[in-house]
Amino acid sequence: MEVLKIATAGSVDDGKSTLIGRILYDTKSLTTDKLEAIEKTSKQRGYDYLDFSLATDGLVAEREQGITIDVAHIYFSTKKKSYIIADTPGHVEYTRNMVTGASTSQASIILIDARKGVIEQTNRHFFINNLLRIKDVVVTINKMDLVDYSEEVYNKIKADFEELMSKRDYQDQKITFIPVSALKGDNVVNKSDKMPWYKGEALLEHLEQLNKADIFNVGTPRFPVQYVIRPKTEDFHDFRGYAGKVYGGNLSVGDDVIVLPSKTRSKIKDIYFYNEKYETASRRSSVTITLEDDINVSRGDMIVKEGDLPTIEKQFTANVCWMDSNQLTPGGKYIVQHGVNKVLAKVDRINHKIHPDYSGIDHDVTGLGVNDIASVTFKLNKPIFYDQFKNHRTNGSFILIDTQTNNTVGAGFIQ
Amino acid sequence: MNKDTSHINSLENEAIYIMREVAAQFEKPVLLFSGGKDSITLVRLAVKAFYPAKVPFPLMHIDTGHNFPETIEFRDRLVEELGLELIVRNVQDSIDQGKVKEESGRYASRNMLQTTTLLDAIEEFKFDACIGGARRDEEKARAKERIFSVRDDFGQWDEKNQRPELFDMLNGEIEHGQNVRVFPISNWTELDVWSYIEQENIEIPSIYFAHKRKVFLRDGMIWSADDEVVYRDNHEEVVEELVRFRTVGDMSCTAAVLSDATTISKVVEEIRESTISERGARIDDKRSEAAMEKRKQQGYF
Ligand SMILES: Nc1nc2c(ncn2[C@@H]2O[C@H](COP(=O)(O)OP(=O)(O)OP(=O)(O)O)[C@@H](O)[C@H]2O)c(=O)[nH]1
Ligand SMILES: [Mg+2]
Repeated sequence: MEVLKIATAGSVDDGKSTLIGRILYDTKSLTTDKLEAIEKTSKQRGYDYLDFSLATDGLVAEREQGITIDVAHIYFSTKKKSYIIADTPGHVEYTRNMVTGASTSQASIILIDARKGVIEQTNRHFFINNLLRIKDVVVTINKMDLVDYSEEVYNKIKADFEELMSKRDYQDQKITFIPVSALKGDNVVNKSDKMPWYKGEALLEHLEQLNKADIFNVGTPRFPVQYVIRPKTEDFHDFRGYAGKVYGGNLSVGDDVIVLPSKTRSKIKDIYFYNEKYETASRRSSVTITLEDDINVSRGDMIVKEGDLPTIEKQFTANVCWMDSNQLTPGGKYIVQHGVNKVLAKVDRINHKIHPDYSGIDHDVTGLGVNDIASVTFKLNKPIFYDQFKNHRTNGSFILIDTQTNNTVGAGFIQ
Repeated sequence: MNKDTSHINSLENEAIYIMREVAAQFEKPVLLFSGGKDSITLVRLAVKAFYPAKVPFPLMHIDTGHNFPETIEFRDRLVEELGLELIVRNVQDSIDQGKVKEESGRYASRNMLQTTTLLDAIEEFKFDACIGGARRDEEKARAKERIFSVRDDFGQWDEKNQRPELFDMLNGEIEHGQNVRVFPISNWTELDVWSYIEQENIEIPSIYFAHKRKVFLRDGMIWSADDEVVYRDNHEEVVEELVRFRTVGDMSCTAAVLSDATTISKVVEEIRESTISERGARIDDKRSEAAMEKRKQQGYF
């Protein structure tokens, strides 16, 4: 069975959590005790309906305020697929948590309140989804029950959104529009009879038919060394294995490889997964590799195929999503964590700030505030081995860590 | 090897990756071992992650003194067979030292008291990373937790201010005195764990399978009447039933379910069909709507 990870997006109160709760309810994924808890709390609050957002808003502060603060990960499965849904917050203050949920997702659902249409937060979240190069985006126009299931309202919002789409950077992103009512369940799991003018699929029907090619990117194989395994036992006296996860493509026994940064050449001798040897390690498998030659390899090094080298540089330019209340300024020093590799970085310059509604860019920027998105050039104390994000989602992304607070303060996409 | 197609294998690959990050990023990690199926699964993943080397961190069991005897016996055998190091710290000692007070009455449990013993042990050994078997599907507050979850000097969780966790990059940078709780099976469901146990043929304590037990009923739940640990009123009648446990916590807060699942495949089948959640059988969660979140803030697992 396949697994599909989806993140929600959209402004506060657009109905993201309600939608996820509705999906769980209509697919009978809520266990009796959880459903009873929702019924009880809804009744206590005097609602004449079930407040499905209670299925995902798990923190006390969230339930009290009726908003989502941090991502909830929700699991359910149908006969066809297993789903992980990251229900993210819409509030601008918690954008960092939205990026957290979206960063590992293959598809996303952007909600728009039919009464409000496309607003600033819709722009921002769409921009982030596009920056992350999420391949499949479903724009669900929600609360159709509050606008008499009007086709005009739907068409107007769709047209507004299409204008935004036309300016997006990653044009291959597939976008589908669906009118829904999360609260009433129209076009969520089941097709609604209230909107005969809508000829497309219900939301879950759309998700069910997504296949791997629709959602996964392929790139070149990269093997960042996570951990060196040296058992030094009698049976494995000279064993020196490089543990890590394979990204982008497969690696096979006998492949000619180059170890970075030393640029030493070798060949893959064995591929272990636990105590068994395999001919090939496929992408995203956590294996242990041994090489033909005795060379010095440590954590943070990278094994790549000969002829497929990444860029090896002590500086790079990237789009950065800034997530901290302290400003990012030129000259500022951070830890860049690029995969499992950590290097010290200095902000060389902020090239420009990007308006998330694609209305333009600002030059002459002195610093980045929370939620700003900008092109930034960094200088590093050691070279890293990277690909452009558009060619390699894993090897083209990094996080920024504040050296004082140890907090993760930004996410970057290498250009 | 096509590790791409199967859901359970992709979860396994992710968990192994996390185990290795812990070993690489921290100086003194420990695996919190409760004796339950989730921590047994963690041990299996740790063994796989570092093969052919030994697991590079010890296990630690915070023993409430109210464990099912089967789990303790199982724990000792597992550690011995795999050549692992085991640390045990006892809630009884914290009680004797006057650090915590035993609860009394019909809902008395040592489950809450564990937190103090755990935090003391973390300080004693200067552990900087504690690997736990919590899963996001278990409970609504857990659904919110990061894979690397930072705890302050007091062991507390700041749930409204968690670090962003992007892609699969895990930021283990902490200050002296802080520690990180790590949850390698965050994205597993109860069914995933059982399917994995079946697939890997992992041995688990006998109480997870259907067996005859003396029990009594209270609040619609089935409690073990085998020992003195669970408080029982005189009018609460003891009967013998065919039961099994879905989760194995402290005896005083873990209820049994009626079941005739005597093999792992029958257990998997039963979970697949089940209409109540795993934690539906844990009285500690029923104390209030926010029970888990409160415990987590204070430093619980
Ligand atoms: N009438 C109507 N109300 C809805 C619908 N969907 C959601 N709501 C209501 O809108 C309010 C906000 O819903 P939530 O699901 O909490 O919104 P959210 O997008 O998750 O909000 P944040 O997570 O805080 O950004 C609640 O009162 C819902 O009951 C809908 O389709 N129709
Ligand atoms: Mg919400």
